Amino acid sequence: MRFSESWLREWVNPSVDTQTLADQLSMAGLEVDAITPAAAVFSGVAVGLVIEVASHPNAEKLHVCTVDLGEGEPLTIVCGAANVAAGMRVPVATIGAVMPGDFKIKRARLRGVESFGMICSASELGLAETSSGILPLPEDAPLGADFRAWLGLDDACIEVDLTPDRGDCLSIAGLAWEVAAINGCALTPLDVDPVAAASEERFPVSLEAPEHCPRYACRIIRGIDPAAVTPLWMRERLRRGGIRAISPVVDVTNYVLLELGQPMHGFDLGCIKREIRVRLAAAGERLHLLNGETIVLRPDTLVIADAAGPLALAGIMGGAASAVESETRDILLESAFFAPAGISGKARSYGLHTDSSHRFERGVDPGLQVRALERATGLLLAIVGGEAGPVVDVTAAGHLPQRAPLTLRSARCAQILGFTLPDETIAGILERLGMTLVPVAGGWQVTAPSGRFDLVHEVDLIADVGRIYGYDRIPVSHATSAAGTRARPEGAFDLDRVRLLLVDRGFQEVITYSFVNPELQARIEPEVKGLALANPISAELSVMRPSLWPGLLHTARYNQARQQERVRIFETGLRFRPGPDGLRQEAAIGGLTLGAVDPEQWGAPARLADFYSLKADVEALLALSGDPAGFHFVAAEHPALHPGQSARIDYAGQPVGLLGMLHPALAADLDLTGDAFLFELDQAALSTGVLPRFTPVSRYPAIRRDLAIVVDEAVAYLELAAAIREAAGELLRDLVLFDVYVGSKIAAGQKSLALGLILQVSSQTLTDQVVDDVVGRVLTRLVSDFGARLRD
Amino acid sequence: MPEESGLGIDPLRDSALAAIAAAPDLAALDQVRVRYLGKSGELTALLKQLGGLPKDERPAAGALINVAKDAVAQAIDGRKSLLEQAALAERLAAGRLDVTLPGRGQRAGGLHPVTRTLRRIERLFADAGFAVAEGPEVETAYHNFEALNIPQHHPARAMHDTFYFDADLLLRTHTSPVQIRVMTEQAPPLKIIAPGRVYRCDSDLTHTPMFHQVEGLLVDEQVSFADLKGVLYDFLTNFFERDLKLRFRPSYFPFTEPSAEVDIACVMCGGTGCRVCKQTGWLEVLGCGMVYPEVFRHVGIDPHRYLGYAFGMGVERLAMLRYGIDDIRLYFENDLRFLRQFA
Repeated sequence: MRFSESWLREWVNPSVDTQTLADQLSMAGLEVDAITPAAAVFSGVAVGLVIEVASHPNAEKLHVCTVDLGEGEPLTIVCGAANVAAGMRVPVATIGAVMPGDFKIKRARLRGVESFGMICSASELGLAETSSGILPLPEDAPLGADFRAWLGLDDACIEVDLTPDRGDCLSIAGLAWEVAAINGCALTPLDVDPVAAASEERFPVSLEAPEHCPRYACRIIRGIDPAAVTPLWMRERLRRGGIRAISPVVDVTNYVLLELGQPMHGFDLGCIKREIRVRLAAAGERLHLLNGETIVLRPDTLVIADAAGPLALAGIMGGAASAVESETRDILLESAFFAPAGISGKARSYGLHTDSSHRFERGVDPGLQVRALERATGLLLAIVGGEAGPVVDVTAAGHLPQRAPLTLRSARCAQILGFTLPDETIAGILERLGMTLVPVAGGWQVTAPSGRFDLVHEVDLIADVGRIYGYDRIPVSHATSAAGTRARPEGAFDLDRVRLLLVDRGFQEVITYSFVNPELQARIEPEVKGLALANPISAELSVMRPSLWPGLLHTARYNQARQQERVRIFETGLRFRPGPDGLRQEAAIGGLTLGAVDPEQWGAPARLADFYSLKADVEALLALSGDPAGFHFVAAEHPALHPGQSARIDYAGQPVGLLGMLHPALAADLDLTGDAFLFELDQAALSTGVLPRFTPVSRYPAIRRDLAIVVDEAVAYLELAAAIREAAGELLRDLVLFDVYVGSKIAAGQKSLALGLILQVSSQTLTDQVVDDVVGRVLTRLVSDFGARLRD
Repeated sequence: MPEESGLGIDPLRDSALAAIAAAPDLAALDQVRVRYLGKSGELTALLKQLGGLPKDERPAAGALINVAKDAVAQAIDGRKSLLEQAALAERLAAGRLDVTLPGRGQRAGGLHPVTRTLRRIERLFADAGFAVAEGPEVETAYHNFEALNIPQHHPARAMHDTFYFDADLLLRTHTSPVQIRVMTEQAPPLKIIAPGRVYRCDSDLTHTPMFHQVEGLLVDEQVSFADLKGVLYDFLTNFFERDLKLRFRPSYFPFTEPSAEVDIACVMCGGTGCRVCKQTGWLEVLGCGMVYPEVFRHVGIDPHRYLGYAFGMGVERLAMLRYGIDDIRLYFENDLRFLRQFA
């Protein structure tokens, strides 16, 4: 809502300057977005009278005008405007005047004729975007007066960004109440005199959907002057309110909209057949709107119709067929109340948003219609003449919003605001806001003005009290509530710790969009169809990620394209996996490593990330779970991974993660250079709940025996190690794999493993005999299970 | 001492001393030791020759041999310590490093600036006794809107630019639905914050379609707007680590009343007006208010017995102000050169 400050000050005029007034509005919850001057800076422009217009001797399109400025000799001014005529009053920039843009008016010779100033157009004065010809001023413009002062251009346009609950402030009248309440100063409400009916002509109105339109007021006005123009003062107020002047009928309805907050509409009476029916549309009915569009109506939409069909989209926009045209002499002026519930969302559903729909959605005062109609009639008749019929006010009283009084307890006010205000302060604030208070024990029965749709509960009144008293004057309390320690399960997953572990291992955290490119997603997991957005920002961000990998791969590519050869990144967050039981939103943690493990440095050759370097990172992460031995890596293929370098991570028999090398074909499609390795883990799986369990430390030394064995290359270490553990029994404290060899020194298809068996018991030093027995059992088992042999 | 034994002790001792002095290193010195003092060393051998002397001369000659052995042993120790010092000095000289060369090994990565800020916010509120609560990001319209007193077609809903999957399922537009879930599942008193991702269908110079919020909720029998002012005043001054000027500006949220937007004096210009605060001297950083009775009714909490406050803040904005980041889009481009600045 944008409005002229001087207009507001006609209603209420506190002795504060513009900035203070704006701050007051902001601090009362009516946020001021901008304050702009009503006109650009100019000076030296006066009201002049064109006495004589002669043709320019040397130029066909120029006129030589004689202009009277009230005192002194009339001036000769050359003017190119087609509309200049003797007898016109006009704004004249005299020699020395400074026009908008710091343009100085000097004496000039135009095609041989000397000119002593400039007759101005509205656009030259910064009062319009464009204009054709000079700006004609009304007959009563005082000759010689300073134009700027006469038009009150040292005014401010204040733009308030109103919250949707304050539809009542979408008018000068509503804002005036607020300003008066804030400053405790007098309000001069508008006197609206009813316009006496000059005829008995009434138009039949039927409310066929009274729950959506419980009140419809209108009146006929016949014989208006189609040539009349809207007076400059009204055009100026509209302009300062951000509304373009169009024609007297439209301008007057817009003026009343700004002034009182009542949206109105003027129909061409001759285009309405027999009656006004306020009804819901029939499905498929069509309406050609004022903006040139034709819409197909839905049956949930309220229309103003006549005997033939829809004329207007109720509360939103008029129809083209019944619009007031330049030849229109008879009109029907509408002033209705459309219930917010019926109108809300309708304009949007047809792709529309108008000043009218904006107000009806938020709530227009249901008591305002006749007053606004009288006001508009009065203004209109003064401009265009004509004769008004009687006001037709059709009301379905039972459907009008009912305002039951609210009980306000002063103790509750103190409890919610956190401090006690004197009763008279509370009552004073509410009364200044136009409320009626009846004292009861411990408080009041409060009746709010009919335009305040936001006052529903006691607390709404308390908020108003706090708002007008000033939130900044409410004390700051440091009371603590709900003290005491809280449950903190020690075995629960600690995301913070996991993040820091990865950071310490050289990973950089990234945060990528939760919606990803469906094409990339399909390359990663063709069998998973991601949940698609109905209204995505773009096709590239249109499907919810079923894993964190699309975002990580996109980030790797983005950075590699920017000369970042070492990429070590991770992300935590939800993945969205559609399943037979519905969508699962699972917290996951994923990582990617590409290029060197360590940052480039001296003294050591770069070690490129590989399956095992990332596996070490994953193992470190699993170690935080409290039960690292419970996790198993199982060779398993995945469409996004190299078939020979990909593992599924299982816990308690359930898959909980993946680890592997990005499939080279996918890497090539993504233009990634080098081998990328990826992992993803279910965060919930890391929450094993296992806590450390103490076992005594042996006082006796451990014995280590090293074995080098040769087995088939296909033998999985995990199985081999399990067999060793089983064969060695409880004496085996630890098993270390310290070398794996494949090459020319052994047969093809074989690998050599070097293992350290660390044996220890807590009760004694182990004898060679016992140790030899254990090693013997292990070897026998390895030979029988895996065909292993000792390496020479 | 005149040598009367005829064993030639003195010349042997002198040649030993000369050999010691000439030993160039510890190994050579040890050879000298073995040669003269070892089991079959030359001085040791003299002791074996004592038997060939007349009985009465033997003690004197033995004493003389021992004196010579001691002298040689002492000389060896002296020389040894000298050589050791020299060897140490040499090792030290050879082991001299350029201590200004960089260290080797892994270097830490870093947290995303949003996470860094979230951790800070979570810790500050944890100190005040707020527990962290989480909720789904794909939400129902009920939790995101209806239960928060934002019915369908409410003008406030249009302001949310919602991403939809279908009529009922959407991406949460704020973290406020976590309030609803917590109040539905737990009984008061409640004291939680809910950090997380939120989504708005809006993407331009100053908006990203995803961002982060932290919601706060406290429900108890005695809670006031003054308490809300207190907790937010503490939080903001501790977050920015300075005594900030705050203002609570009345505003509207369908799920709180009274409602306020909280402005802080611009941390860039100190309140005199700059580009960041659009010359107003103020920065809007938070929305807050007292839980609206309709919301309590939706979740089955008695609005006559309990009161509550709630607040919500944008994490990216707070991080921008704290670290001087001037473009919100940087957060999700994930350029490592940007991210590394917050390690």
